[in-house]
Amino acid sequence: MPDLFLELFSEEIPARMQRRAAEDLKKLVTDALVERGFLYEGAKAFATPRRLTLNVVGLPVKGQDVREERKGPRVGAPDAAVQGFLKSAGLTSLDQAKIEKDPKKGEFYVALIERPGRPTEEVLAEIIPQIVKTFPWPKSMRWGAASREPGSLRWVRPLQSIVCTFGPETEEPVVVPVQIDGLAAGDVTYGHRFMAPGAIKVRRFDDYAPALERAKVVLDADRRKDIILHDARDLAFAQGLELVEDEGLLEEVAGLVEWPVVLMGSFEEAFLAIPPEVIRATIRANQKCFVLRDPKTGGLANKFLLTSNLVAKDGGKTIVGGNERVVRARLSDAKFFWETDQKVRLEERLEKLKTIVFHEQIGTQYQRVERIAALARELAPIAGAEPAQAERAARLAKADLVTEMVGEFPELQGLMGRYYASIQKEPASVSAAIEDHYKPLGPSDRVPTDPVSVAVALADKIDTLVAFWVIDEKPTGSKDPYALRRAALGVIRLVLENNLRMTLGENFSLAISNLQDPQNPGEFVVHRSGSQTPPGQYPAVSGSHKSLRAAGDVAASVVPDLLSFFADRLKVYLRDQGARHDLIDAVFALEGQDDLLMIVRRVEALGRFLDTEDGKNLLAGFRRAANILRIEEKKDGRAYDAAPNRSLIQERGQPEEQVLLQVLEDASSQARDYVKREDFEGAMRALAALRPAVDTFFDKVTVNAEDSELRENRLRLLNALRDATRTVADFSRIEG
Amino acid sequence: MTSDEAHMNPARSFQGLILTLQSYWARQGCVILQPYDMEMGAGTFHPATTLRALGPRSWRAAYVQPSRRPKDGRYGENPNRLQHYYQFQVILKPNPPNIQDLYVKSLEAIGIDTSVHDIRFVEDDWESPTLGAWGLGWECWCDGMEVSQFTYFQQVAGFEVAPVAGELTYGLERLAMYLQGVESIYDLNFNGLEGDRKVTYGEIFKQAEQEYSRHNFEYADTEMLFRHFRDAEAACRKYLAEGEPKAGANDRRHLMAQPAYDQAIKASHIFNLLDARGVISVTERQSYILRVRELAKACGAAWLKTEGGGVALDPSNAAALQP
Repeated sequence: MPDLFLELFSEEIPARMQRRAAEDLKKLVTDALVERGFLYEGAKAFATPRRLTLNVVGLPVKGQDVREERKGPRVGAPDAAVQGFLKSAGLTSLDQAKIEKDPKKGEFYVALIERPGRPTEEVLAEIIPQIVKTFPWPKSMRWGAASREPGSLRWVRPLQSIVCTFGPETEEPVVVPVQIDGLAAGDVTYGHRFMAPGAIKVRRFDDYAPALERAKVVLDADRRKDIILHDARDLAFAQGLELVEDEGLLEEVAGLVEWPVVLMGSFEEAFLAIPPEVIRATIRANQKCFVLRDPKTGGLANKFLLTSNLVAKDGGKTIVGGNERVVRARLSDAKFFWETDQKVRLEERLEKLKTIVFHEQIGTQYQRVERIAALARELAPIAGAEPAQAERAARLAKADLVTEMVGEFPELQGLMGRYYASIQKEPASVSAAIEDHYKPLGPSDRVPTDPVSVAVALADKIDTLVAFWVIDEKPTGSKDPYALRRAALGVIRLVLENNLRMTLGENFSLAISNLQDPQNPGEFVVHRSGSQTPPGQYPAVSGSHKSLRAAGDVAASVVPDLLSFFADRLKVYLRDQGARHDLIDAVFALEGQDDLLMIVRRVEALGRFLDTEDGKNLLAGFRRAANILRIEEKKDGRAYDAAPNRSLIQERGQPEEQVLLQVLEDASSQARDYVKREDFEGAMRALAALRPAVDTFFDKVTVNAEDSELRENRLRLLNALRDATRTVADFSRIEG
Repeated sequence: MTSDEAHMNPARSFQGLILTLQSYWARQGCVILQPYDMEMGAGTFHPATTLRALGPRSWRAAYVQPSRRPKDGRYGENPNRLQHYYQFQVILKPNPPNIQDLYVKSLEAIGIDTSVHDIRFVEDDWESPTLGAWGLGWECWCDGMEVSQFTYFQQVAGFEVAPVAGELTYGLERLAMYLQGVESIYDLNFNGLEGDRKVTYGEIFKQAEQEYSRHNFEYADTEMLFRHFRDAEAACRKYLAEGEPKAGANDRRHLMAQPAYDQAIKASHIFNLLDARGVISVTERQSYILRVRELAKACGAAWLKTEGGGVALDPSNAAALQP
């Protein structure tokens, strides 16, 4: 069976887009084929910096013939109906239609439509231009003379040529007549830009891949990665060094070359005085080179590995020399930053944070630091930290944003602060907190455990969340530009993994009060920018002005809303940990649950309790009681929420209901005591004691008694049972 | 090249490098222009690029443009940074299909042998917020060093560029440092001669770097600059309004697009100076950039109503060219 071969040859495709583009090309072409009834045996796509290639094997020569009968109007139908039928069936006269009989409808016309399957290459010539014209590049462009006309072809960079062939293995394939905006598919491609730029005639994939290999192009990105990785390891090993592996860099570098040649360069040992993270960031970000570790020292070696795209005539000497020059210049800059940054103490940098706007409505980084420091001080006892240390760490936490080094390498924020703090002899906990207060950055990132780090990390995140809630910039759907979900998850993990007791609502209110205008206590500072300028006018030079909102109003609306956001994030977190979502709901349904650790303890205890026989039976008893109550309350149009009448039960009640009343009173008060002591297991055990009494009650006592007083009292008793369970959870939310 | 001409060798002489690039691009049919006689941050601001990129006319030009980046001054103490440096700018509109090859050959012309040097095109999309312009392209690497910017203009002054222009910008000092193998800009051999007749880049420019750094960071009269910014902005608006075709007139051309654009260039440079003086806050910065962009956009719109902007090609379409 024939194969399709397609190559789209262009100018250099950004490395980060290549892999996705190859996958998109495969999916779009094969989907379009399948949609038209053309099944295939297999497909594989490839990308290099200059080409997207697709090989689809085992396609039919042509599509399937279609035979279809189409029912028409009855014989003798009005002319308009007949003409419509003829047109839709592609017939010229009724002589071409059959007449069929139906016992109910009588005689009617039937058209027999036969469509021979279309040749595959014809269909391909239709599909491929469509796909190329609408290809989902993240960014695309127009080019050349054709771009004079509107609607000209867009591609990620200029598309130079197309190879598209179709045919069986045994025969000479044909060039599929693909035409895209003046670009016609052919059977010629080109090799490596410098080492083998000549034309290569292509018949099919089987001769294409080896021909490219001869023309110094490794088609498969994974193979290029393998080559780079192995050569890099070998070169490192030969020098007694180890490669510092970096998957992201490897993927990128493999997208920058068609023929990878790994070469080793070196830099002056003096640069090793710079922190290794800085060396790595410099060499990685600017030069896309790998760094090496020296197993003898455990630190970095003064060597790096570059991946060139050339088998150079001089063995790479010039290339290494050029790269070393650039690395040296970059490291000199880094060393200069490292040394000059140390001349200014972190606290002296705070003033500069006044010029950095964090968010135009929330204010500057300086204001933010002030708030975080105040909050960290308050949170310190919760985390077990010294308040003064937490405040100190929070105050210095953002100071490195205005260092030269972080200006150059934003990804080193926090880490540089830690280095500079250690150098100026801050306590170890303070230095560590400067780096770690950003953590955890996601579900798998490390959670800090040092109390000072924990306090500052919590303060940082809570301040951010509260501030964005106050200006009403909450995440919606897939949009979360300020990573607020991540911040909330960070708070959750910090609290739970460190077993911290913290009431969220109270601390949110505290954070909100920090946002108040110090000049006008009780008023809120919310900056509004002058961006809504009417057309034709210019925004005022002075930029922004303050508008005030009453703090009380804000707290009243923000705190409950933010708590419910946390409830959702906690559910997501617990669900990921394997907890049952209905048990989480059952606990959240109780009033005033804003202590994360207690919520989780309760959910855990509830889960264990419901796994026991007692738990299952109590749940069954609860449900029976709740059902009866629901039905009867609905029937009578009233609630039976008054306390049971004790004397009535003692005078006229059955012994089983006397027992239940007694047990209920005992169990509820015990359960409440246990909850007060935060012993949820104990509370559930106390409730479990209800089980025999509940079971017997339902066995022996008729709730809907003739005597209406007795009936009412029994319904009140069931209500008391329902209430008793609410000391630990809302059982009505439990499923299964 | 004979031995008498060794001092013209682009690998030995800064001016030799410029002359070689000029002669190479002249052979490709470019008009070789001289620098624009105004202070600007990059060669892209030259009307030969910004304005000529707009409209349907074909255009090929190459020129050196002194570029002023007041904030990059280092008092002559940093071997890699200058507040005044040279860009070599090429614009080809529409871009020919072989523009990448032409670029690679220009590197060969200045002595970069592609059998020993590693030339790469690494994604780098270009955007100029002040010009309302963007394009896709690459930074061009030679042995890991960025030696040029390569951009396919998609939009300039807020207008689609049709046909698309290809823009090449060579950082001349950096390129020359690599070719000459020196570690400091100031050590570049400017005229390619040796001995007493040798003139270095430092001899010509080091004093200027020191003086202008002082000026840019410490002494530039900010009150005057704020006033000049407003004046340039007002002048630009005035020339644009006065140059507009009069209602009912037969001639639908704009008559003063270029003088107006000069004022936009001026406003942009004054903004850069104020920025270097540190008197523009973060929030104000955005609004200044926006103000310059509005000028650039209005000038682009005016240019499209001129002959150079294509009006004479099809006068009946002049109205349709309005945004």
